Amino acid sequence: MNILVCVSRVPDTASRVLVGSDGKSIDSNGLKYVVNPYDEFAIEEGLRLREKNGGSVTVVTIGADSSKDILRTALAMGADKVILVKTDKLPDSYFVIHNLAEIAKEISPDIILLGKQSVDYDSLQVAPSLAEILGLPSVSLVSKLTIEGNKVTAERDIEGGKEVLETALPCVISAQKGLNEPRYPKLPDIMKAKQKPIEEKNAIDINNRTSIVEMSIPSKKRAGKILTDSDGDIAELVRLLHEEAKVI
Amino acid sequence: MKKILVYLESQKNTLKRSSLEAISAARNLAKQMSIPFAGAIINADPASCQIAKEYGMTEIFNIKSNLLGKYTCSGYAAAISQLANEKGFDCILLSANVAGLETAPRVAIRMQAGYIADCVGLEFQNNDLIAKKPIYAGKSQISTKVETENKVFTLRPNVFTAVKEDASSLNISDFAANITEKEVGAVAVSTMKNEGKLDVAEADIIVSGGRGMKGPENFHLVEEVASTLAAAVGASRAAVDAGWRPHSEQVGQTGKTVSPTLYIACGISGAVQHLAGMSSAKYIVAINKDKDAPIFKVTDYGIIGDALAVLPKLNENLKKIKG
Repeated sequence: MNILVCVSRVPDTASRVLVGSDGKSIDSNGLKYVVNPYDEFAIEEGLRLREKNGGSVTVVTIGADSSKDILRTALAMGADKVILVKTDKLPDSYFVIHNLAEIAKEISPDIILLGKQSVDYDSLQVAPSLAEILGLPSVSLVSKLTIEGNKVTAERDIEGGKEVLETALPCVISAQKGLNEPRYPKLPDIMKAKQKPIEEKNAIDINNRTSIVEMSIPSKKRAGKILTDSDGDIAELVRLLHEEAKVI
Repeated sequence: MKKILVYLESQKNTLKRSSLEAISAARNLAKQMSIPFAGAIINADPASCQIAKEYGMTEIFNIKSNLLGKYTCSGYAAAISQLANEKGFDCILLSANVAGLETAPRVAIRMQAGYIADCVGLEFQNNDLIAKKPIYAGKSQISTKVETENKVFTLRPNVFTAVKEDASSLNISDFAANITEKEVGAVAVSTMKNEGKLDVAEADIIVSGGRGMKGPENFHLVEEVASTLAAAVGASRAAVDAGWRPHSEQVGQTGKTVSPTLYIACGISGAVQHLAGMSSAKYIVAINKDKDAPIFKVTDYGIIGDALAVLPKLNENLKKIKG
């Protein structure tokens, strides 16, 4: 099975976000960057499919040289080959999608796996967009995946329930938490990954289709009324919600 | 921009609330820009379209295709973009629910449109259509615009207000979509409803529990308060990772981002990634033993105390109002 996994590099979810000096992107000073958490499920699923069916796992990311660290993580987890599509510009999603599609066309994978969303821009759009460009079926937010021969069965949570979808290979799947339990790379594998090659290509430069006008940190004034756990205060909380906030 | 198309979803012979919100957003925008707007719906019973009229809709295209009997994002996207191209719609609005978030990117690719997902604001300012969108799960927000002629947006449910304004008339016309088998792609073969269970992403009120609930056996206290308030039950990452609650209930950066009217956090300390997912709630209540817990920095009303002891008393008091 020829498996392609697309990953992105994001600040650790414990990070606080500050606006950078350009007013349009985050201040990356002091931030710790990691493999997008949902992409770990995609890598893991790719490795499990390879273990079951044979084949190879290629992991690709679009970014600057600094993105090599997440590719090393993918190698340490067990990826066969990693590709960095290099760009120094701040790409929009379409730039990323277009370049991922180019890689996919070269590799012609049986399955493309991605995280359901990148926890920076939270747009959930790469999987369906990529599939549309490649003329492939896709299922987003998959928490259970079964592949038998060519037949693909995918389960996911939807609003207020679950949904089961069916399709066939080749297809694009985006991973939700729960799909699997990603492995932790072992120290010897981390050491070995440092010696492995990273294939580098230059990104195809295309115009962004969206642009950021301004980035801000939302701040909402909160009443901040603190009460005790006395019976009187609990009753007071209910009164405040009912009479002051009028939300119950 | 010339014409706005709103994708409508019917459910049980009515329209989903998120679709009504999208109609209101489209109506506002159309008014600001002095352009027309219309709705698109797939294989709908015309009766379920009538509700759109109460929200100001004057024209709906009912997309007909026997290949679209079951949900398929690629098939739906093909049909919506076909309609848009044929009728000259250059701005498409969908809801940012699972189906919309999966369908909209495909519509955008087909229309060579820029796409902005999960918008919480859409305004016409200085001749530009500016979309506001939370990023980093709400730790930050961007004002953004689409550079292409065609534009696609998805709107976060529960954010845009659905406002009634009866239209004088509603014209419903059929649109025969020309879909191929190949375009149908992945198809929904079955759905299972969580009967009587509200989803955190759609709920107006959420009662969430965290590590301070001490174990899964105590979550009935959260469920009881939720039941009194007709609220959804949520959970922190700690509670989900410990296996106490299903991931579908997780609120936060690696769970769901929610914007309810009222969020009650019980035994949740307020890790950065949790706060990111719920800080856009209109009112936030926290119950926590630790007076220095970060959650108290974002609360409107806080109770310093053990959630296990406070919740039953809170429920009693709520019942007096909710009867």
